[in-house]
Amino acid sequence: MNWLRRWLPSGRTVVTSVPYLWLLLFFLIPFVIVLKISFSQSAIAMPPYEPLWQWASGKMLEIKVNLGNFAFLVEDNLYWRSYLNSIFVAGVSTLGCLLIGYPMAYAMARSSPSTRNILLLLAILPFFTSFLLRVYAWIGLLKNNGLVNNALMALGVIDQPIQMLQTDFAVYIGMVYSYLPFMILPLYANLEKMDLTLLEAAADLGSKPWEAFIKVTLPLSMPGIIAGCLLVFIPAVGEFVIPSLLGDPGMLMIGKVLWTEFFNNRDWPVASAVAIALLLFLVLPIMYLDRAQNQAGEDGERK
Amino acid sequence: MSTSPRATQQKFEPWTDPDAKPYVRIEKVTKKFGDFIAVDDVTLDIFKKEIFCLLGASGCGKTTLLRMLAGFERPTSGKIFIDGVDMTTIPPYERPVNMMFQSYAVFPHMTVEQNVAFGLKQEGVAKAELTKRVGDMLDLVRLGQFAKRKPHQLSGGQRQRVALARALVKKPKLLLLDEPLAALDKKLREHTQFELINIQETLGVTFIVVTHDQEEAMTLSTRVGLMNHGEIVQVGTPSEMYEYPNSRFVSEFIGSVNTFEGKLIEDEPSFVRIESADLDATIYVDHGVSSAPGATVWACIRPEKIQISREKPADADNWGSGIVRDIAYMGDASVYLIKLDSGKVVRVTQPNVYRHAEDRVTWDERVYVHWHASSPVVVTK
Repeated sequence: MNWLRRWLPSGRTVVTSVPYLWLLLFFLIPFVIVLKISFSQSAIAMPPYEPLWQWASGKMLEIKVNLGNFAFLVEDNLYWRSYLNSIFVAGVSTLGCLLIGYPMAYAMARSSPSTRNILLLLAILPFFTSFLLRVYAWIGLLKNNGLVNNALMALGVIDQPIQMLQTDFAVYIGMVYSYLPFMILPLYANLEKMDLTLLEAAADLGSKPWEAFIKVTLPLSMPGIIAGCLLVFIPAVGEFVIPSLLGDPGMLMIGKVLWTEFFNNRDWPVASAVAIALLLFLVLPIMYLDRAQNQAGEDGERK
Repeated sequence: MSTSPRATQQKFEPWTDPDAKPYVRIEKVTKKFGDFIAVDDVTLDIFKKEIFCLLGASGCGKTTLLRMLAGFERPTSGKIFIDGVDMTTIPPYERPVNMMFQSYAVFPHMTVEQNVAFGLKQEGVAKAELTKRVGDMLDLVRLGQFAKRKPHQLSGGQRQRVALARALVKKPKLLLLDEPLAALDKKLREHTQFELINIQETLGVTFIVVTHDQEEAMTLSTRVGLMNHGEIVQVGTPSEMYEYPNSRFVSEFIGSVNTFEGKLIEDEPSFVRIESADLDATIYVDHGVSSAPGATVWACIRPEKIQISREKPADADNWGSGIVRDIAYMGDASVYLIKLDSGKVVRVTQPNVYRHAEDRVTWDERVYVHWHASSPVVVTK
């Protein structure tokens, strides 16, 4: 039996290797494939790009690295304008989620345990319906003869419908609405475990309730704020469905550009380059925030 | 600082002075949570520079009373005055009172220095003065070298001192301490007790301490208020509480005690005689008791005030006979559990004066227990 034990991995190794294996299979390998395609050249073939390496005349390994796709991204201002616009839209949406989500998470964390569970359920309830369906529902609400415009006209607030659908406004509504739970949940988890005697201590030392909030609650909830913002910001940058359903067709969003390159232009290499660049754009700030969060986590650690 | 913490307080007894003005006055304060009465009609006067201990088991209302003094709870009825000002409805952040929390509640995201400076910043104290006061206070609690550390880098005792410094730096009129020593280990606790008294004397702040530990209350306080079911049962100096308990509850809560239930058979102004079914002889007490003859009373005798002998005592009163059931050697003293013929177990503490004592009474030996006529305290409830 001993030899078996020596060759078989221990239980701990098996358990910890599962997430690594998962990441390897479903993140790293696809990433390498996309990276490979991004250095290739578009071709009318199946698949629609030229191989990165091939055996020339049997013995020579020929590697063709095409940096042209990335150069193209820099040259054509459509791409970087889309990137910047996506980041701007995602940033505003994240801010909107934070401003709405923080009070909600705070109220949930401070409510009585029985109400808390109901509120928590309500916060995740939208996930029970398809995301696509919920975005479609906003079309019904925001269109010119939709619920909102009709209600406002019936009340006499406006004479003719306001153009809401296919504007940036509609995109922001859709984004904030869709991503709000991702902001609330980490914030709630953070605020809920906060030691409330700290607030009493602050009051005891002369802080009015709002001062105690600014000086104690807010800094202590920073890890929750960062986690929530990342969870909203990252998917929001690459968001495709919401701007294409609710937004102005001319709105520059990198997710839409990617879609167009991939499906309409069938230019896989450029689409891959867009994806890689997007990843780099996101990874750097995330790594920075992650480090900041670890630091905050260490500081917040007690005992 | 004096080496003997109590030395300067020998003659500090403002509560005996009828003209002294109380610094903190708790007037008929009741606090209800729903149907539950946490604090029941408590009236209490606490004087300047006192260390007053609110003692009691958990759930007796002592913490609720403290939280009302801090302003975290509002009394259902009654009034609280601090330094003559009605504080009943003043919010915590406007009270000249600071509290040291049981959990210390040190801000985890701030350094030691920032924690201590928090209250002063809130007051808007100027930078130079703030730096000086924080520095002085950190020196007082011997945390100067830890000023830049975060709380999670400190030991429990150090965090406790941060909490103390943070509360004291505001120069409060009144410092409230909620179980200040509960989270410390025994050695550190004893050390900190004396340190607290020293600091209190240096700064002249009035302390109100909540504790469930009677030993802590006895060492720290000028006076103790023992609470039970939301009521103050007895208020007195530690020695009054120990030597003159006013009820069985007090005598049993503070220290250990042997209680004999009996009937008053003689009731004179200068002495009483009690007959107890647990003892062979009657109990003769050399002071009067205010109770009706024939009433049920309890004679409470402290273990160290009982002697053990092999010979039958010469006196007719104040003795019993039994078998040694258990001996606990504590080093400085030994505790004997003696089972009387009636079945009642009496606890006796004898100091181990001599190192060699082959002649000590031992297990299963028949012995007599007896005590002086001044030793019992007779209580009627």
